[in-house]
Amino acid sequence: MRAWLPLGTGLLILTAFLVMAVIPESIAPYDPLGFDFAALLAEPSAEHIFGTDQFGRDILSRTIAASRIDLQIALFAMLGPLLIGSVIGLLVGWFGGWADALFGRLADIVVTFPFLVLVIAIVAVLGPGLINMYIAVSCVGWVVYARLMRGEVRIQAQADYVAAARVLGYSTARILLRHVLPNAVRPVLVYAVTDMALAILTGSSLGYLGLGAQPPTAEWGVLIADGRNFFTTAPWISLAPGVAIVLAGLGFSLTGDGLQALLDVKR
Amino acid sequence: MSLVVRDLRVVFNTRSGPVWAVDGVDLEVAPGSVLGLVGESGSGKSVTLRAIARLLHGHAKVSGAVSWQGEDVLAMPPDRLRRLRGAEIGIVFQEPMAALNPVLSIGQQIDESLVAHTVLDTKSRRARALELLDLVGISAGATRLGQYPHEFSGGMRQRAMIAIALASAPKLLLADEPTTALDVTIQDQILRLLLRLKDELGMALVLVTHDLGVVAQTCERVSVMYAGRVCETGKVSEVFAHPRHAYTQALLRAMPGEQIGAKLVPIPGQAPRLDAPSPGCAFQPRCTAREPICATQRPSFTELATRRFACHAGARL
Repeated sequence: MRAWLPLGTGLLILTAFLVMAVIPESIAPYDPLGFDFAALLAEPSAEHIFGTDQFGRDILSRTIAASRIDLQIALFAMLGPLLIGSVIGLLVGWFGGWADALFGRLADIVVTFPFLVLVIAIVAVLGPGLINMYIAVSCVGWVVYARLMRGEVRIQAQADYVAAARVLGYSTARILLRHVLPNAVRPVLVYAVTDMALAILTGSSLGYLGLGAQPPTAEWGVLIADGRNFFTTAPWISLAPGVAIVLAGLGFSLTGDGLQALLDVKR
Repeated sequence: MSLVVRDLRVVFNTRSGPVWAVDGVDLEVAPGSVLGLVGESGSGKSVTLRAIARLLHGHAKVSGAVSWQGEDVLAMPPDRLRRLRGAEIGIVFQEPMAALNPVLSIGQQIDESLVAHTVLDTKSRRARALELLDLVGISAGATRLGQYPHEFSGGMRQRAMIAIALASAPKLLLADEPTTALDVTIQDQILRLLLRLKDELGMALVLVTHDLGVVAQTCERVSVMYAGRVCETGKVSEVFAHPRHAYTQALLRAMPGEQIGAKLVPIPGQAPRLDAPSPGCAFQPRCTAREPICATQRPSFTELATRRFACHAGARL
């Protein structure tokens, strides 16, 4: 099956990260915050597989410890846009009219800006930090979800079972929540999984720029930024978190692709 | 008469101009009786039905009068309309798969209708749901209630659809080609079921179909539609024995009869475009009984005892 290979690989990667996020202390070989002045900026070796930083902290342990915060970012930077976008998409898709026209123009304006640039601009105004990053991502990211949901709702609204629900005298709220939403939500949920890859990238990009998670929080983007000053002498500091970002992003992408193929969702 | 439709018109405003899908339809149905609404694809049967239940979307302009037990349906406020739908008027759609919600079990869908229209508690609702399944001839109801539409066969889906529509005990059932998607034996069962329910529950039934055999078998009265208009209305036995409209006659000639080896006479040409109505009779370009007047003057209705027809050649057919 075309769907199972990416889905299986993706889920395997994500499960590994999930385990790391839940019990980092049992997996990490060292304390992520433990200084070891005998091994400052140590090269990758048998003791420290990905080397150490300028304080002798084990890079692998820090990367593992960071997976908790990065998975949280993936989840929350997806949930905000998902919820806001779905509600708006459901309403404008069903009711149409001037609200739909207004939504169309507003969506056009938002997608005109590159995603990351707009997020950075909003965070710059609100001030750095995770919460503000979630707010910024929600302000920009809802548009994609709303568009997906709106299109799907407009298709479902024409379906006979919706006409049947109307002719059975059900209230609009009931028709929307019980009949239209469950049938329209599938492509949105599949996109949400793929979107978590983007959320990881956004979160670590902002962490790298100092606008997302703040040091000393161990976050992959922050960890890469830590290695910036030693890039010519100790490039391994940025290597492990970089690999983690790529792998996590790959995990979400593969899972999303697999689900898309499995559930036969067209985009 | 419980349902009276007068001069119903539906205009779809499309990008390439208006389309007159229903153009002055008159119908009436009495309680406990069946009206057949026949015509080719695109003759406006389904649109008429949906217009009666006010199911058409914003781009359709509906005018005329639909009177349900003396009340004007087209002018009903939303609250009253909601109580009318479901509680008094039910619809059975052509494609039962499309008309059932794929993500809810059959039991949930029947229950939802019961919640909306009755005051029964959970336990009595379940009992009623089982009764309804039994009523429409679905056995092993307890298992069936937990199943989803995709686990039902075509005929069973249509029965389930009917059960949902009946949950609220409507007084008028609008059936939009309820058997077109089914094979012949199931078709027969479903039609018998509808007729039985009509008698038991005293419903009025409007049966939309393009199958004249179905009409002959089930209906008391028939209205034949062509190009958005009713061209002939009357008792089925009379209309079929002596059609007074050239189109009805042509339809009957195109239907296989009981005589083996008898030649079928197809109707030449195609159904007319609805975006550019002609000044004369809509059927005139395909008509074999055509007279010069047919091209220029739209025939008005002639009333003859229980018959109504709009055909210049009606008298000599």
